[in-house]
Amino acid sequence: MTFDYEKYIRPGKLPHIWCPGCGHGIVMKGLIRAIDKCGLQKNRTAIVSGIGCASRLPGYVDFNTVHTAHGRAAAFATGMKMADPDMTVICTGGDGDGVAIGGNHFIHACRRNIDLTYVIMNNHIYGMTGGQFSPCTPTDAFASTTPYGNPDPIFDISKLAIGAGATFVARTTAYHATQIDKLITEGIKHKGMAVIEVLDCCPTSYGRRNKFRSVVEMMKQHKDIAVPVTAAAKMSEEQLAGKILTGVLHKENKPEYCEQYAKLINKVQNPTSK
Amino acid sequence: MAKKSALLQGNEACAHGAIYAGCTFFGGYPITPSSEIAEVMSKLLPKVGGKFIQMEDEIGAMAAIIGASLCGHKVLDATSGPGMSLKQELMGYACIAEVPCVIVNVMRGGPSTGMPTGPSQSDVMQAKWGTHGDHAAIAVAPASCQEIFSETVRAFNLAETYRMPVQILVDEIIAHMREKIVFPEPGELEVVSRRKPEVGPDQYKPFDPSFGDVPPLAAMGSDYRFHVTGLNKAPDGFPTTKAELVDAEERRQIRKVNDHAAAIEKNEEYLMDDAEVAIVAFGISSRSARMAVDILRGEGVKAGLFRPITIWPFPEKRVAEIGRQVKAIVVPEMNLGQLIHAVERSTKGSCILDGVGRVDGEPLTPDQIMDKVKEVL
Ligand SMILES: Cc1ncc(C[n+]2csc(CCOP(=O)(O)OP(=O)(O)O)c2C)c(N)n1
Ligand code: SF4
Repeated sequence: MTFDYEKYIRPGKLPHIWCPGCGHGIVMKGLIRAIDKCGLQKNRTAIVSGIGCASRLPGYVDFNTVHTAHGRAAAFATGMKMADPDMTVICTGGDGDGVAIGGNHFIHACRRNIDLTYVIMNNHIYGMTGGQFSPCTPTDAFASTTPYGNPDPIFDISKLAIGAGATFVARTTAYHATQIDKLITEGIKHKGMAVIEVLDCCPTSYGRRNKFRSVVEMMKQHKDIAVPVTAAAKMSEEQLAGKILTGVLHKENKPEYCEQYAKLINKVQNPTSK
Repeated sequence: MAKKSALLQGNEACAHGAIYAGCTFFGGYPITPSSEIAEVMSKLLPKVGGKFIQMEDEIGAMAAIIGASLCGHKVLDATSGPGMSLKQELMGYACIAEVPCVIVNVMRGGPSTGMPTGPSQSDVMQAKWGTHGDHAAIAVAPASCQEIFSETVRAFNLAETYRMPVQILVDEIIAHMREKIVFPEPGELEVVSRRKPEVGPDQYKPFDPSFGDVPPLAAMGSDYRFHVTGLNKAPDGFPTTKAELVDAEERRQIRKVNDHAAAIEKNEEYLMDDAEVAIVAFGISSRSARMAVDILRGEGVKAGLFRPITIWPFPEKRVAEIGRQVKAIVVPEMNLGQLIHAVERSTKGSCILDGVGRVDGEPLTPDQIMDKVKEVL
């Protein structure tokens, strides 16, 4: 049976702006399948993004959608979730948006363990603005502002999220399309801050400069370096060099922010009750 | 029955005014001299079932209040100069996405960290022109603790009526001084909430000009589902680069304030009827100016005070009339010349105009103002 994406796409809003071969569309489809699996109501779901190619996603899907300012998705979403804790609030956006300009909001949303699902599309580059390097551009890689190779070390987004306190952290790649919706579904169902990092590809601004001959080659590279966490447990350090772990990297239960605030209100309003 | 009263600091009065106006969400980041507003809101909001969040920075605070407002809350944020500078991008977002919100700027000197505990009135022009791009601005400037309460209520009403950010400009002196406040009874002050859609969800467009220059705003999460962006957009809320739609949107968002300037305007005039010299002053400086007027009158000088309470949009028409009535206008302000530009633009050279500024962290004295009046006459 083929999945009916149209049910969730806003009539008349396609075609999208993404280049042929861009990974963002794969992630959007995964997100739609996950929302469908979770049975979310359109009116009770909000999708919030920042600015960038990845952040254009909300415009295409038929939910409450907020295309905010560069880097601010998590902060807008925090206000929305606090305002309406029963609404499902999902953030989407790029690596630059999420962990460069938006890094502060990102880590603090993780720290609060507020019940957001943050799907971050890590294509290792600032796609929208023409391929300047991001905090996720590999060292020595070429970008429009690293003509001699990138001198910067990178951020590991998933590790950052775990370190900052997110209680569900998972990673996959645009090659592993079916795993995308599986992990996002788990993230939505998880009570607390869920971060799903998807390594995806920007052939236009990253691939060309870094001598990838095709999108397939870029995706194949992700496939080759991806190691499921379960398999990694049995591998040596040498075997794991240069690999990235995929699957659910971290999961724990901790008090969720809006629930904590509801308790606070209850305590203030009913000082005698325990 | 006597009304409830209390001795309150200006910042405390602001928080109480916000609750009176129906505020149910505060997002902020601490900064002197505004922090008491956050402190009191953190105490009062849970009592009324509202939410308080201290964000990681002022940008996050501004983002959080916009998000909460989109979900139907009346929202407040309070800061001072450095924080206000950080908020500017999202002030523009609230303008273009037409999201009601109230932001208090308890002004301190500057630029930069300036004098954190010193008073100033130096963000007059930032309040109008702070964010990039063309946009309308509404800012109110109370001059006493009682007025901070009532102007906070009015700021919420204006934000909800015109679907935009409204700033409350307070100087550190009134923010921190204590005065007796008489709490208005519920219903005594007008409290306005945003217009809700009059059409069903399938016909609703969040920026539909056929409902007037201020289209109704639904709450996200209700039966209405819509898209919001900081890009220029068509009436349905989706981005557009069509010249005529962009032009129409930009002009409507300016017009919604300009065409209602008379309703937004609020001034106080003191002994202006026969005045030959007018002092135009706001906030704490207007209190020194009032005293200067009394002393000058005692000396036989026909002085009067014009105090804009709404400073943006500036009361251009009335100030133009005053310019034609008087020989001279003096503008005392705790900066080196900001409001005076708006006065000059209004009077267009019809009278002598001079300013007296102070930026050393001390308030202007009546003597300083009188000296300037005598100098220009
Ligand atoms: C405050 C601000 N600074 C800079 C920009 C310019 N800008 C727009 S998108 C972008 C980078 C987006 O990169 P990323 O988030 O990685 O998403 P991608 O385009 O690669 O999907 C930048 C720098 C902006 N819009 N706003
Ligand atoms: S520039 Fe890169 S990220 Fe942007 S749409 Fe094209 S391929 Fe995708």
